[in-house]
Amino acid sequence: MAENDIKAILLASPFFSDFSQKYLELIAECGHETHFSAGEFLIREGDEANEFFLIREGDVAIESHVLGGVLTVAKSGTDGVVGFSWLFPPYRTAFDARAVTEVSAVKMNAHCLRAKVESDHEFGYLFMKRFAQLTMKRMQSTRRQMLDIYGEHQNGKFA
Amino acid sequence: MTLAGQAPHNPMEPRPFRVERVIKELADCFTLVLTPTDGHCAFPFQPGQFNMLYDFGHGEVPVSMSGDPSRPEELVHTIRSVGLVTAAMQKLRPGDVIGVRGPFGSHWPLAQSKGKDILVMAGGLGLAPLRPVIYDLKNHAADYGRLTLLYGTRTPDTLLFADELQSWSEHWATSLTVDSAGPRWGGHVGVVTDLLDGRVHHAANTVAFLCGPEIMMRFCAYALLDRGFLPEQIFVSLELNMKCALGMCGRCQYGPFFICKDGPVFSFAQVARLFRIREM
Repeated sequence: MAENDIKAILLASPFFSDFSQKYLELIAECGHETHFSAGEFLIREGDEANEFFLIREGDVAIESHVLGGVLTVAKSGTDGVVGFSWLFPPYRTAFDARAVTEVSAVKMNAHCLRAKVESDHEFGYLFMKRFAQLTMKRMQSTRRQMLDIYGEHQNGKFA
Repeated sequence: MTLAGQAPHNPMEPRPFRVERVIKELADCFTLVLTPTDGHCAFPFQPGQFNMLYDFGHGEVPVSMSGDPSRPEELVHTIRSVGLVTAAMQKLRPGDVIGVRGPFGSHWPLAQSKGKDILVMAGGLGLAPLRPVIYDLKNHAADYGRLTLLYGTRTPDTLLFADELQSWSEHWATSLTVDSAGPRWGGHVGVVTDLLDGRVHHAANTVAFLCGPEIMMRFCAYALLDRGFLPEQIFVSLELNMKCALGMCGRCQYGPFFICKDGPVFSFAQVARLFRIREM
């Protein structure tokens, strides 16, 4: 898929839509379209974090295997972003990301992007700010999950 | 309470009801289907209202109605076993008799919400007090705009009314989420506020009904405010221990309110300030 096509996909996604044309072109240079069948892994826990994914269509489960089975701790769908570990050393993935359905995505090359954000700090700032917003949202959701907000101890005494 | 064609019933006097069915919903949660022992209809109620259920010899607790308001011949209550009284109620069997006082309290503002989109957000057992809304609007869907149900719980095996959720999706755009799941779970995984993304189409013309643990309602209300809702468009159902249910004893006092009389359904505009007080 041509860079222009990737740029058009980025422009249509809520995550990248507020980037300027110039920066979308920079990002597009690092991406290519990819597809996964249901059950295929986008990311495997413990691997080097060399990419992240912008999901165009389909559902992706963020999973970890625990004693006796696999636990899904989050899901991402259309327009979601999967993969954060590429941002900072040691660039090692922390969870599995598995396609639950057929998935179409833009795979972004982390080496390529890291080089661009290092060489253009204004771009790097905007890029990191966008990721920081998403990280904050994910962190707040995770904290709420940790609070076990549906648990019995959270209910009033109204039986 | 006044029964049509009958003398006014003393609101302090429990009316005997027979347990017709006991439905096991979850390990610690069950539904009682009750009919009056006198052969008359039960009584009409508004979605959101509650009754005081008296398990003789054990005690009395407030429980929201969870049945269909268009079927006043029976009362339906869904209960979590959390204390001595509700644990005793879990042992009730068909034919047993309990006392009922009610219906009490405020209700979800359905009449005022006609023509608007309705967003229902429920957490855990909080789906039970909202089920009458789901039934009622299913029967009167033409009177409202888009109907959206967002329901979150801990795990797939703690979904309440799991068998019915599918059937509601004909009228209700239904989305489910859990905090964690195995690989066979097809719904979302994450907090219930995640489900709001892309599902609030016109905040100014939407009314939101929230029910669940207070912390869940608080987070949901904040998420709705962030999406352009006014506090007056958000309604919550609060829960506290009650005694008289008539606004006299003060057991359920919540700031300036008695939940039994002024609630349990409040607009967020009424209670937002109280939600921020740690000691409440």
